[in-house]
This record gives sequence, structure tokens and C-alpha cells, in this order.
Amino acid sequence: MKKLVAASVVIGASLASVAPALAQGGEQFIPVLSYRTGAYAVNGVPFANGGVDYLALLNDRDGGINGVKIGFEECETGYATDKGVECYERLKGKGATGASYVSPLSTGITFALTEKAPGDKIPLLTLGYGRSESRNGAVFPWNFIAMGSYWTGASVAVQHVAKEFGGLDKLKGKKITLVYHDSPYGKEPIPALEALAAKHGFVFKGVPVTHPGVEQKSQWLSIRQDRPDYVLLWGWGVMNGTAIKEAAAVAFPRDKIIGIWWSGAEPDVLPAGDGAKGYKALMLQHGPGQFGVHAEIKKHLIDKGKSLAKDDFGQVLYNRGLINSFIGTEAIRTAMKKYGNKPMTGEQVRWGFENLDITEARIKEAGFEGMMKPLKLSCSDHQGADVARVQQWDGKEWKVISDYYTADRDVLDKLVAEQSAKYAVEKKITPRDCSKPD
Amino acid sequence: MSGLSFAIPGGIGAVLAGLMFVLLRGDRRSVVDTIVHVALAAVTAVFLGYLASRAIDNPGGFLEILVGGLLSGVLYSLVALGFVLIFKASGVFNYAQGAMVLVAGLALVRSLDYLTGLGVANIVAIPLAILFSGAVMALCAFVIEKWVLRPLLNQDGLTLFMSTIGATFVLEGLAQMVFGSGVYPLRLFPTDAWILGEGMFPGGILVNKLDVWGGLIAAILVVALAAFFQYTKTGRALRAVADDHAAAQSVGIPISWIWFIVWLVAGIVALVAATVWGTKLGVQFSIVFLALKALPVLIIGGFTSVPGAIVGGLIVGAGEKLAEIYLGELIGGGIEYWFAYVLALAVLLVRPQGLYGEKIIERI
Repeated sequence: MKKLVAASVVIGASLASVAPALAQGGEQFIPVLSYRTGAYAVNGVPFANGGVDYLALLNDRDGGINGVKIGFEECETGYATDKGVECYERLKGKGATGASYVSPLSTGITFALTEKAPGDKIPLLTLGYGRSESRNGAVFPWNFIAMGSYWTGASVAVQHVAKEFGGLDKLKGKKITLVYHDSPYGKEPIPALEALAAKHGFVFKGVPVTHPGVEQKSQWLSIRQDRPDYVLLWGWGVMNGTAIKEAAAVAFPRDKIIGIWWSGAEPDVLPAGDGAKGYKALMLQHGPGQFGVHAEIKKHLIDKGKSLAKDDFGQVLYNRGLINSFIGTEAIRTAMKKYGNKPMTGEQVRWGFENLDITEARIKEAGFEGMMKPLKLSCSDHQGADVARVQQWDGKEWKVISDYYTADRDVLDKLVAEQSAKYAVEKKITPRDCSKPD
Repeated sequence: MSGLSFAIPGGIGAVLAGLMFVLLRGDRRSVVDTIVHVALAAVTAVFLGYLASRAIDNPGGFLEILVGGLLSGVLYSLVALGFVLIFKASGVFNYAQGAMVLVAGLALVRSLDYLTGLGVANIVAIPLAILFSGAVMALCAFVIEKWVLRPLLNQDGLTLFMSTIGATFVLEGLAQMVFGSGVYPLRLFPTDAWILGEGMFPGGILVNKLDVWGGLIAAILVVALAAFFQYTKTGRALRAVADDHAAAQSVGIPISWIWFIVWLVAGIVALVAATVWGTKLGVQFSIVFLALKALPVLIIGGFTSVPGAIVGGLIVGAGEKLAEIYLGELIGGGIEYWFAYVLALAVLLVRPQGLYGEKIIERI
């Protein structure tokens, strides 16, 4: 009996630690798809901590959103599409009105849920990842690829490379190689890079790396023999650190590598030690650091022992988790302005996303000043931003080394229109008319 | 595409020769087998012909990939050795070997970080950390023997295999709970490279120092293990237990002690693998995926052979790197993971016990 009681205490304690606010009636429910175990946990943990801390902060400090308490529950996906879909199915009906929105935190899971979300009427918030053509809200009413897509990232990276070579006209004949995670995530920038290569005359080559990316010798030996002028890195988890180490091993200059914003966090560079010095990565607007919202979290959660964050507090991915929850909860707040202060349905939150207008003043008020620029979404534009900067690892910390670049809309808008039209034909979707009020 | 022009006639020739051989033999029972063997020979001939032509085009580049692949293969062998030891001595396919590499690596790197944090010099801290992680592996061996294997004594291989799957989850979870789930850099060996033969080949041939260290360590391990199995009383007892648990017990060999020893030795091998792979990747959860790289090595080399693990590693390492670079550019890349399994499948078709494995003859 004693053993049974002890086991119950242990199980109870562990459940309490991972599910800080299980859904109850009358709450606004937000599922948290996360990965705290497995090959991608090093990146998944800080993002999950940031996301959950912001929701907990709203509950602790403000009693939720406009007085409506937030219920949230984590579900471990391990970055696997099947588990992600399982989590979605398990959590979508919880809370008073079901899931208000879902952040899949995986392009593979996003691809799968893009098929399901319209039927379930649940918006997908895919902050800086997911289907790039889902910017077109007329075809993808339930996907919100806020702040930037991989096509944005590809365009900004090419612009930075061009700037280093002395201008876009200097790209002609240059070799740019993409080392990518062989998954929907890693393949996503390829159409944009091919279009940009055609426009600017550089030679583009893609080099896939198989999951999880622990062995990349052949890829980097081929790069050593091919001698590209620049390498773009689209990795995740262990793949990023291994790529940087292998680049160092074949003496490929690290300052000739730019990673996407999912390859530009502390766990990506720390394992490589000095070998990572000079490595560059895009910023999804924000970088590491502590801002107004961090002071609030420290006061309301960390000092009271209510946060799981440790060394990751203020790191790149923790901050991205905060921004993710900020944008999601702002969409709920926007919806409440129209539908009243009560738990919102997924459909109402979708309206909130499409009418989201996060102004400079609101960013400052919420403590996100310095982390993001104003963001405005609409029926036709589910992305709302086209800008990114470049940061460089100096061996100890990330340093911002560029101003904001704006993605090449001439190329990308055409690509969004083409690909979304193709998707609409494939799935027999009649695009909405965004000129008519919703 | 000069490689294909070389390879295709070779492949067609091999197929025709094989078909003629089948027709002339006329033995219906062996027709299917022979066709499979001939097809394999033809594919191999095409592949080797293609590689040969690429080697002629760029000998320096080819040599660099070949050497890099062989040395990578030795690193896979380091993980495969742990599997072989346990299978050889107890007939158990130890699914937990990857998790044991993780446990050993985490124990090593975390204790080393702790000691260096206290200001202990590396020359003292490294041996202490190795001792500590060795002790952790001994504890693992003791616990697994006492609570997983002993209650399953004389059960069939599948039952024991399933129990090691359970042990994997426990080890992975516990190790991350106790030592943390981050990425912990380990710098025990140099990771830079030599450039050899610059006068002979443009750009020279790059050889990574860590890979060379891995090769040296593997060589020492193989010699030590061979001596252990051949010349020590415990080693001979291990071989007796491998042949037949019950018979070994009946002649007075303490089977629990032997199983503890073999799991301990596999734990030490896991620790050695962790020092090299930890330096390469940083110690982190993904290190458990190395077990997947070791599996084709075992199938090719044979589950019961220490030299087989080395030869299997060399074949897998060289084969997958050459395939990724030379075949990858024809069919899209990202093929090295499954190519290793294709190689393993080819060996299974021809020699099910692996190149160096013992042929199993059972009385029905």
C-alpha cells in the first residue's frame, strides 16, 4: 500500500509539473504542441517554456484575457507528424469552446493539419514556418504564417549574400548551396531559391541531410569539392550543430554560412565551440535578450517558482515562444472586441487573426518593444511582415550585423499566387473574395 | 555522365553471363537463388563500374570520400561492438546499446563539467570523470542483470530482446532526468583535419583527426576484446554461456556474474563510443540514433563477430558515403541512411548470417 501511495505521489507530481493549467469549463483553451524529449528537444524545450510562460503570466497577472482564464495543456509531439496529429485530435475539443488555435511547431505537422483545420474550424498559427503559400488567406483561410515564411527567409538570405558580394548584380555566376533537413521543412525554401537563382543568375544546388542529421560527412565533403561561394543552412535540432562542426572540419568558412531563423539559436552554436565563430543566421525580427515582458515573467513566475525556464530564459527560442503566445492571445483579444469577453470559438479566433493589428503602442504596452515590429494581418495577407535581419555568433553571443531587409515581393508574390492556385485546384477549393467584408 | 557509359555495359554483361549460367545449370530449385545472386552481382558491377569511372575523373576527390567513409565506418563499428559483445555472450540483441552510449556520455560530460567547474585541472578531472562514468555503467549492468535479465533466465531470445526495449526507455528517461537534456560539448580529441597529398591532388585529401582517433581506439578495443575472449578464464566462460545457458550453468559457471561482466564490458565499450561521438556531436539525446547506424553494420558483419563489426562498419561507411555523393547526384541525394540498409539486405540475401557470423545449424 505504501508503495502504491508513493507511486501515486510521484506520478501526480510529474503530471503537475508538465501540465500547469489543465483545461476546465469556462476557460479559453489553448493546446500546446511541444517537444521536450527526443532529437529536437534542445530546440523544443526553450520554445515551449517561452510559450507556456506567457500564457501563465496572463493568467497570474491579469486573470487571463479580459478576465477569461486561459486553460492550456501540453502534448508531446517529439516533432513527429503522426504524434502531432494525435495531439491535435486529443486536444481539439477541450475547454469550453474547443481549441482556440493550434501552433504545430513543425512544418510536417502543419502540412497534415492544413487538411484538417478547415473541417474542425481551428486556426493554425505557424510563426515563421509552415506552407509559404498559405500567406494567401483567400485559399488558406485557417493558416496564419505570421511574421515570415521560408520564402521570406530565402529572399533575405540571398539579399545579404548579395550585399557582401557588392550588390545583386554581383550574384551572377556565384554558387549558392542549400544544406537542408530532408523533410517538408527543409524543402520549403527550394522553389523560392530556384526563382531567385533564375532572376539573379546564381547557380543553386540543394544538398539534403537525412533526419536527424547526426552524420553529414558526405554532404560537407561534397561541399568542399564543389566549393560554393555561400551555404544556406535549413536545419533543426542536432543537424545545426553538426553542420557547423562539419563545416569547421572541412575548413569551409563559417562566415560564408547563413542559417534560417530555426538554425540561429544558442543550442545550435554552443556545441561547436570556437568552430561556430563567424556563423550567421537570420532573425525572425527578434534575437536573444531580456525586455519588458521578461521583467514581468520574472516577477510573476520565476520568483514564485512557477516557470520551467532556466538558462533558456531570454534565449532566442524562449523569446520566440513568448512572441508566438503573444500573437495568438492578441488574436483572441481582437476577437473578444467583436464577440464579447467570453471564451472564443476557433471560428471567432480566426476572425481575430484576420483582423489582428498589433501596433507599436500595443507592443510597448505588452513589453515586447525591441522584439518585434508592428504586425497587421488581413483576409488576403496571413503573413503580415516581410522583414528579417542577420545576426552573427562571435563565440560568446549573437551580434546583430544588419538592418532589416525586406523580402523581394516581385518574386515571392508571384510564387504565392502560383502555388496557392495550384493547391486550390488540387483540393477543389474556391478561393474567397477578400474584397468583400467577412 | 562518363561513369554511366562505363557502368551500363558492365552491368548488362554481368546479367547476360548470369542468365547463361542459370540456363546451363538447369536446376529449377536454384533458379530463383541464382537469379537473385546474378541480379545482385549485376547491380554491384554497375555501381562499382560507375565508381571506378568517377575515381578516374577525379582521383583525389574519390580518395577523400573513400577514406572519410572508411573512417566514419569505424565510428559506427564502435557502437556495433557493444551489440556484438552482448549477443555473443548471451544471445540477446541489446536494443538498449544506443541508450547506454547516451548514459555513458552524459555521465562523463556532466561529471567533467562539474569537476572543471570546481577548478580541477583537466589532467585530473578527465580520469575522474571516466572513472565515475565507468561506475555508472557498472551500476547499469548490475541493475539490468538483477532486475531485467535474471528473472528471464532461460527465456527465448525474443523475450530478452523485448526486455531490452523496456530498458532503453528507462535508461533514456532516467539519464536525461538525472544529467539533463541539453547539448553538452565534449572536447577530448582534436576535431580539425589534415590535408594530405596536396602535391598530388588539387586541394589535397582531407582527413579528420577525430576519425583517425576513432580508428585507433577501435583497433585497440578489438585487440583487447579478442585477448579477453581468448585468453582469460572469464572470457572463455562468456563463450560457454553464449553457446548454452543451461549447460554452462550445469558445469558451474555463475551465469549471473557472467551476464553482469558482459553488460559491464558493453557499457565500457559504450563509454568509449561516447567519448568519440560526444566529441563529434556534443553529448545529447540524438546520440541514441547511432544504434540505427550500427544495425546494418551488424547485419553485414554478423552479430557474433568482433572483426565482423569492424569490416561491416568499413563497408557501410565507405558504401554510404560513396553512394550519397556519386549516386545522390543522379537520384536526388539524402540516400545514405537507406543505402546502408540496402547493402545489409543484399548481404542477407547472399549470406544470412553476415560475412563473419556463425552459420546456425539447428536440428529439426
